[in-house]
Amino acid sequence: MIRLENISRTFFVGGRPVHALRKVSFSIAEGEYVTIMGASGSGKSTLLNILGCLDRPNAGRYFLDGREVGGMKDEELAAVRGHKIGFVFQAFHLVPRLTALENVELPMVFAGAERGARRRAAQKALETVGLADRAEHRPNQLSGGERQRVAIARSIVMKPAILLADEPTGNLDSRTGLEVIALLEKLNTSGMTLVIVTHDPKLGSRAPHLIRLSDGRVIEDVFPKGAVTAKRSINRAGERADENVAD
Amino acid sequence: MKGRDLLRLAYGGFRGHRLRTLLSVLGVSAGIAAVVVLTSLGSAARDYITREFLSLGTNLLIVLPGKTETTGMVPVIGGVPHELTLEDAEYLERNLRSVKRMTPVVLGSARARHRNRARNVTVVGTSETFREVNGLTVARGIFLPRRVARKHEPVCVLGATVARELFGRENPLNQFVRVGGFRFRVIGVTAPRGMMLGADLDEMIEVPTRSAMKLFNRRGLFRLLIELKNEEAIPFVRRDVARLIKERHEGEEDITVFTQDALLATFGKILDAVTAALSAIAAISLAVAGIGIMNVMLVAVSERRNEIGLMKALGATRNQVTALFLTEAALLGGFGGAAGILFGTAACRVFTRIYPDFPVSPPLWAVAAAAFVALGVGAFFGGYPARKAARLDPVAALRSRG
Ligand SMILES: Nc1ncnc2c1ncn2[C@@H]1O[C@H](COP(=O)(O)OP(=O)(O)O)[C@@H](O)[C@H]1O
Ligand SMILES: [Mg+2]
Repeated sequence: MIRLENISRTFFVGGRPVHALRKVSFSIAEGEYVTIMGASGSGKSTLLNILGCLDRPNAGRYFLDGREVGGMKDEELAAVRGHKIGFVFQAFHLVPRLTALENVELPMVFAGAERGARRRAAQKALETVGLADRAEHRPNQLSGGERQRVAIARSIVMKPAILLADEPTGNLDSRTGLEVIALLEKLNTSGMTLVIVTHDPKLGSRAPHLIRLSDGRVIEDVFPKGAVTAKRSINRAGERADENVAD
Repeated sequence: MKGRDLLRLAYGGFRGHRLRTLLSVLGVSAGIAAVVVLTSLGSAARDYITREFLSLGTNLLIVLPGKTETTGMVPVIGGVPHELTLEDAEYLERNLRSVKRMTPVVLGSARARHRNRARNVTVVGTSETFREVNGLTVARGIFLPRRVARKHEPVCVLGATVARELFGRENPLNQFVRVGGFRFRVIGVTAPRGMMLGADLDEMIEVPTRSAMKLFNRRGLFRLLIELKNEEAIPFVRRDVARLIKERHEGEEDITVFTQDALLATFGKILDAVTAALSAIAAISLAVAGIGIMNVMLVAVSERRNEIGLMKALGATRNQVTALFLTEAALLGGFGGAAGILFGTAACRVFTRIYPDFPVSPPLWAVAAAAFVALGVGAFFGGYPARKAARLDPVAALRSRG
C-alpha cells in the first residue's frame, strides 16, 4: 500500500542544505501498525508529512496504492489527503471557533458532503472516540485528552485507509497518552493502516512494525515480534486485519 | 464544498475580530454611500433637466439672432448685425412648411405697479404657445390669445407671485396694471409653476409680442420658437429657415437655429463632466476602502496560517482555500455595501428635505450597481490575500504558531 524508494528531503537554511531525509526506502502493507522512532530532529515529522502528501520529496519515488504521488497535481493530492489519509497532530489543531462536531465535520465539508450525511458521520465518529456527549463543546471547553480524541474523530470521519499520527501523545500526560494510543490501536484493529511517530520507547515497543530513523536515515526496519515478516509476504488485506485482531 | 458551507466558514472567520471587521465594513460603507449619493444627485439633475426640456415640446426649433461658431452649443449672444424682427417671423411663417405654430418672444424687465403696490417683473412678449411650451396653466381668466401676438393690444397675464403681490386678495381680472409707461388690462393669472431653467415663471408678466416691443422700444426679437408638425421635418425646416433669413438679411446668415436635442446635449456634456469628477471621488474612496479590506485580509491570513495548513491537511484544495478567503473579503464588501446603501439613501432623504424642489432618491440601478461594486471591491482587494493563503506551504503553515 505504501512504498518509498530512496526518498530524500533537503531543506535549505540560509543557503546551507539540511538533509532531513536521506534515501529512505521501506514499505508498509495495508492494515499494518507501524511506529516510526528516532531522536528529535532525525526526520520523523518530515517523513510523515511526505507520507501524508503534505510535502514533496526532492528525490526518490513514493507509491501509494501503486500510484506514484510525485506526478499528482494539487487537486489530486488534496483528494488523497481528504479521502485516503487521516492526520493526527501533536498540537491537535482544532479550529477554536468551531464546536467539536463542526471540527469533525470539516473534512466532509471540503469533500462537499451533504449536511445531513455529515452530521451523522461526525456524530458516529465522536461516538467511536467516546465523546458523543461533547459534540457541542468548543475546544477550549475540553481537556487535552478530549481534544486529541476529537482530532482523532476528525481524522477518521472520511473513513480513510491510512491514519498518520505525529507524536499524538506529545502534549498529554502518560495516562491520557496511553488512552489515546489504545484508541488508535482499536482503529487499526478495525482495519485502518496506522503509522505513529513517537520518541517514547515504551509506546514504540507496542507496534508489530518498527522503523527507526537517525539523522535522516532508516537504521532499523524490523518486526520485533517475528512472525510478521511471514505475514508481510502474504500481504492480503483481509487476513492482515484478522491477524491484528487476533494479536 | 457547498456554497452555504463556504459562506458559513467565511463568516465564522470574523468571530473574535469584531472591531477590525466593523472598521473595514465602515470604510467600505463610506465609499458606497458616496457612490449612492453622487449617482443619485447626478441622475436627479439629469431628470430635472430632461423634465424641464420635455415640457418645451419635442419638435421645437429655437431661432436666435446672431451667429455663433460653435455647432450645436448654446450660443453666447454677441454683436448682432441684423436683428430678428417680427416681420422676419411673419415671412418665415408664410414660406415654411410643416410648421405647427410659431411664437416670437421678447424679454425685458420693467417695474409693474397697481395703485400703491409695485415690484420689478420680467415682461415676456409672446402668445399662447409660450404657455404651452412652459407647461403653464391658467388659474383665472384666459391666456394671451394667438391672434394678439402680432398686434399691440394692452392686455396682460400675471404670474402667480406677481398677482398676489400686486393685488393681494383682490380679483385682478379686468383691473389695470401699469408696466413702464403703458397700462395693461389683466385678462388672466397663471397657476404657480415655479422655477424653470433658472427663471421664476411666477414672477413674469406675459403681454403680446408687439406690445412688449413697443414697451421696450425694440425692433428685435429675443428668440423665435418654431414648433413643427413632426420630428422628421426638423433638418429641412432648419435649412429653410437659414435660407429664408439669408434672403431677407442681405445674404448674411446671421441667426442661430438650435434644437431641443442640442440644448439637452449641452447640458448633458456639463453633467457628464460633473459626473466624471464625482465618480473619481467615489472611486478614490472605494479604493481606500478596498485597501482597508486587503489589509484586514492579510492580517487574517497571517493570523490563521495554522488553520490554513490544517484545512489543506484535511483535504482542502488550493481553490477552496482561495474561495474561502475571497468569500470573506466579499462579505466585508457586501456588509459595507449594505450599510453604505442605507447611509446613502438616508443622506438623499435629508437632502430632499432640505431642498424639496430638487428631489433626490437613489435610482434602483444605482443601488444594484453599488451592491455589485461593493462585492467587487471585496473580491478584487481580497484576491491577493486569498491567493497568498492558497499558496501557503501546508507543512510550514502547520508548524507556525497561532
Ligand atoms: N521547514 C524546514 N526548514 C528547514 N529545516 C527543516 C524544516 N523542517 C524540518 N527541518 C529540519 O529537518 C530535520 C528533521 O526535522 P523533523 O522531521 O521535524 O524531525 P523530527 O520530527 O524527527 O524531530 C531537522 O534538522 C529540522 O531542523
Ligand atoms: Mg517531529
